[in-house]
Amino acid sequence: MSGFHRHRKGGLIEHTIDGLYMAMERALHSENSAHSRGLLQRLDPRVKVAGLFALILAASLATRLWVIAAVFAAAVCLAALSLISIRTLATRVWIGAFTFTAAIAIPALFLTPGATIYRLPWLNWSVTHQGVTTAGYLVSRVETTATLALLLIFTTPWMHILKALRVFRVPVVFVVILGMTCRYILLMLQTAHEMFESRKSRTVGVMSASEQRRMAISGAGVLLTKTFQLSGDVYLAMQSRGFRGEVYLLDDFRMQPRDWLALTLFAALAAAAVWTGR
Amino acid sequence: MTLFEVDRLTYSYEQVTALNELSLSILEGTRVALLGANGSGKSTLLRLLDGLYFGQSGSICFRGDELTEDLFSHEDFALEFRKEVGLVFQNPDVQLFNPTVFDEVAFSPLQLRWPKSEVRDRVDEILNRLRIFHLKDRVPHRLSGGEKKRVALASVLVLDPAVLLLDEPTAALDPRSQSQLIDLLVEWGGGAKSVITATHDLRDLGDIADRCYVLDSGLLAAEGTPDEILRDQELLQNANLVHAHRHRHVSGVTHSHPHLH
Repeated sequence: MSGFHRHRKGGLIEHTIDGLYMAMERALHSENSAHSRGLLQRLDPRVKVAGLFALILAASLATRLWVIAAVFAAAVCLAALSLISIRTLATRVWIGAFTFTAAIAIPALFLTPGATIYRLPWLNWSVTHQGVTTAGYLVSRVETTATLALLLIFTTPWMHILKALRVFRVPVVFVVILGMTCRYILLMLQTAHEMFESRKSRTVGVMSASEQRRMAISGAGVLLTKTFQLSGDVYLAMQSRGFRGEVYLLDDFRMQPRDWLALTLFAALAAAAVWTGR
Repeated sequence: MTLFEVDRLTYSYEQVTALNELSLSILEGTRVALLGANGSGKSTLLRLLDGLYFGQSGSICFRGDELTEDLFSHEDFALEFRKEVGLVFQNPDVQLFNPTVFDEVAFSPLQLRWPKSEVRDRVDEILNRLRIFHLKDRVPHRLSGGEKKRVALASVLVLDPAVLLLDEPTAALDPRSQSQLIDLLVEWGGGAKSVITATHDLRDLGDIADRCYVLDSGLLAAEGTPDEILRDQELLQNANLVHAHRHRHVSGVTHSHPHLH
């Protein structure tokens, strides 16, 4: 059986294999989570795409922090009702989003002109009120929109999302690229996992840090080439089986009373956020 | 009736010529083996026959229609062709991209817009026939090599295509799985279907082919019946399909000579 085994100790190779293993597990976990019986999982995919997109738009347009915080709180509540744990949100979205956004937001704390509210000891740099507000908006918007996007991914099978996008007249080429990107990432993870395991099986003794870095860099190029070729073959295999860009599924989308209710609530919440957040 | 007419077909990957002015004719209802060593152009030819690649020069006609990109842009032709011709890739991983085995096998009939009740019935039937029904809710990426190969085959056979293109179907399978696969292909369609198999494995040639084409560096080196091809040791050695190696006979004699197993 093709399976993956965790490595508890070791250097770069073992850590990379572990990391790839975790990434693949997460990808499979998303698909399993989409089939559980939470609140959002029971809704029609079109309602989720439209509703969550409306909330993302509202959070992006809002110019009051408390409104963005309220949308964020609503997203966390929806996650809890959809059986997605806070831990999952924290590890899959919040930490990563905060790290990347903070790297952009931190300079704004010091560079934005305005009233000084704090001065860094030793460096004597001024943190301005306007800088804190700007950074706060950036971080809160990114965290909120990323949480809402993850809710969609975690509560909807990938193919249903693609089909729902087509219902909203998203161009075929965009949907195909989105679908292929997902497969490309999975193939890259799988190929990388095999490459590193193969490398490990041929490695005798302990590699120095510089040797490990050299190996990782040389492997990256090969990995991209191999993955590109494989993903090209995947697309050919899809074409060979009749794929022409449109997504067809066994499950029909049917709006139930609860879907209309959810759509109304999403629309009301988004409208309220846009109105109060002006 | 001619199924495929390949006329002076040339296909190159940038600097490398995979097929060089290749001409051959495949009749409807025949079982054909494309023989050749690695890199001889077999897989490329299968992709050209399946309308996935198009030659730089020369032509391929399918039942009289020349396969061109323009022709495949017509949905009616494309869907009819995909219904009639199925390709099983050498690497099953490229063919498995759906979340479950059931979804994988249902993919083609859904693309061809079969009624959904018919899709469900047909998928159940083919999974049972290939003895993989118990895998229907499994994630394809997590299956063993043999299971993946069966799922890949099921995903093509579900359409019951008139023409089956197989790229190294028994590669990386254990002997029992190889034997079961050969039996399935021999019995499939009551032997009335066209099966084109690319392989360098000569062991089951008599079972899988009525006609053989030997490719060597993108050129047609020979054609004939399996017996004619297997008797021509010089041809097989030149095409790198057999080699001499030391082995022990039942009599206990150990020596070296080219042979097929």
